Amino acid sequence: MVVLCCVNISLGSISISFNTIIDSFLVDSSDYSSKEYIIQNYRLPKAITAILVGSGLGISGLLMQTLFKNPLAGPFVLGITSGASLGVALVILGSGIFGGFLATFLLSKWSLVIAASIGSFLVLLLVLIVSSKVRDTMAILIIGLMFGSITSAIVSVLSYFSSAEQLQQYIFWGFGSLGDLDWTEVKIFSLIYTIGILFSVASIKGLNTLLLGQNYAKSLGLNIKKSRLIIIIATSLLAGTITAFAGPIAFIGLAIPHITRQVFNTSNHKILLPAVFLFGAIIMLICDSIAQLPNTDYLLPINAITSLIGAPVVVWLLVRQRKMVF
Amino acid sequence: MKTSLKHTILKTENLHIGYTSKKETITVASNINLTLNKGELIGLVGGNGIGKSTLLKTLTKVQNPLQGNISINQKTLENYSNLELAKTLSLVLTETLTAKNLTVFELIALGRQPYTNWVGTITEADISIINKAISQTNITDLKHKKCFELSDGQLQKVMIARALAQDTDLIILDEPTSHLDMYHKVYILKLLQKITKETGKTILFSSHEIDLAIQLCDSMIVMSNNSIVSDSPCHLIEKGAFSNLFPEDMIVFDPNTGSFRVKK
Repeated sequence: MVVLCCVNISLGSISISFNTIIDSFLVDSSDYSSKEYIIQNYRLPKAITAILVGSGLGISGLLMQTLFKNPLAGPFVLGITSGASLGVALVILGSGIFGGFLATFLLSKWSLVIAASIGSFLVLLLVLIVSSKVRDTMAILIIGLMFGSITSAIVSVLSYFSSAEQLQQYIFWGFGSLGDLDWTEVKIFSLIYTIGILFSVASIKGLNTLLLGQNYAKSLGLNIKKSRLIIIIATSLLAGTITAFAGPIAFIGLAIPHITRQVFNTSNHKILLPAVFLFGAIIMLICDSIAQLPNTDYLLPINAITSLIGAPVVVWLLVRQRKMVF
Repeated sequence: MKTSLKHTILKTENLHIGYTSKKETITVASNINLTLNKGELIGLVGGNGIGKSTLLKTLTKVQNPLQGNISINQKTLENYSNLELAKTLSLVLTETLTAKNLTVFELIALGRQPYTNWVGTITEADISIINKAISQTNITDLKHKKCFELSDGQLQKVMIARALAQDTDLIILDEPTSHLDMYHKVYILKLLQKITKETGKTILFSSHEIDLAIQLCDSMIVMSNNSIVSDSPCHLIEKGAFSNLFPEDMIVFDPNTGSFRVKK
């Protein structure tokens, strides 16, 4: 991971040698070279963001798959990401309707973060309330997808009434981006992320008990409502903030837990959680390095890369194992 | 009397079971008075739809009684917290396991959950209890296998070991012998009998294997349309409790052999 981190930092429109990277951290040079400036203010925050995004989405996907006992679950399928998109769309596209001073306030980074978090939490809560009424887990997935289409419908209506500039801003947000964060944002991001991870770690025992099914979990003295709430809080904190800061990153949340399960061949969350963390971070770093198209000025949308790289990997793993372990 | 010396684990008084919905209350069975004693193997038999599952669900606090009282170890069931109950009562259910990618050891270790800390760390003491449960159920050779590699009979033994690892006074099993062949039905029931003798735990199971239960159980609960009786198998045969278990147009109970015969 450390090596990948360095590779990630070194690649970009200007390629920077490893020695320069190491020097920039270790040697306290007084001449502040442009490369060091790039590393410290652009590349390093981006690498950290990649790690947080990859591991956070992977873990929230894992939590959702175990909670809903469904291998197709993930933050995207359950409408968490679409909830965040709706929040952001309302802010970006809706700001034109409010106009003036309010618009300036609304368009700040923080309002996007807050809107995305609230959006994702509300949608997840809705999906959960509805899912407590239905017994069939497939129905929950369909409900999640329905919320997704409601969201895109509202976004379409909003975009019809917005200016081209606002629309472009929203579309760029939708591509996903790891490079837009300055240090303050990275710090806030890491803080919320850490709280989310703490909630995830606190839910390990509950997750393992839930592997036996709800009735057994209850007979083992597990407070199901409480564990469920902890899992939901962890997921919405992680997926919500990630979507807020980096846009809706596709695929990682669904794929990383599967890749990890195939490689480690276990359902035990004490092993899975750290493994998903590691794999998520590594795969995100690789995807981001590719997205930058080394030595060119092009920066591909990270969303396209995650799916292009990740989907074949999952297919290959499933074919190789001939059997889905879940 | 011998019975008066026995230590009572579970007792129901004037228990009414059934379902309540917004519109109406459906009583499945009423006036149930049962006493389960320490170290006994108790079989619960009755036809389909008679309310065996409802009774077990009520005894395990999955659903509430309509009326009456249930006490476990002299304490009313309502007053148990989930965690306290988990240390007193363990279950083996009919539902299939969704996550089968656990090893047998990991699955049995989940039985220790009520005793472990907030991340579920297994201590040395836990491991020795788990290993004891594994040897009591004769599954030492399966210990490191994955659950999806097991046959139904093996999986049932593993689930019983998990319940043993939970270290409770009372184990309740819902139809532990369904899906199993004749040999494994007997194997599982004899295993349960052995566990009650060796550990002094009380085991209550529901089953359709009436003839086997008559041969192996210390006590039986017979549920029929109009009554619920509980006694030792011999006394129940003398009372003719099994004769009115089913409509008599197809099968009849033969008190001499303790089994049912198809009516010619």
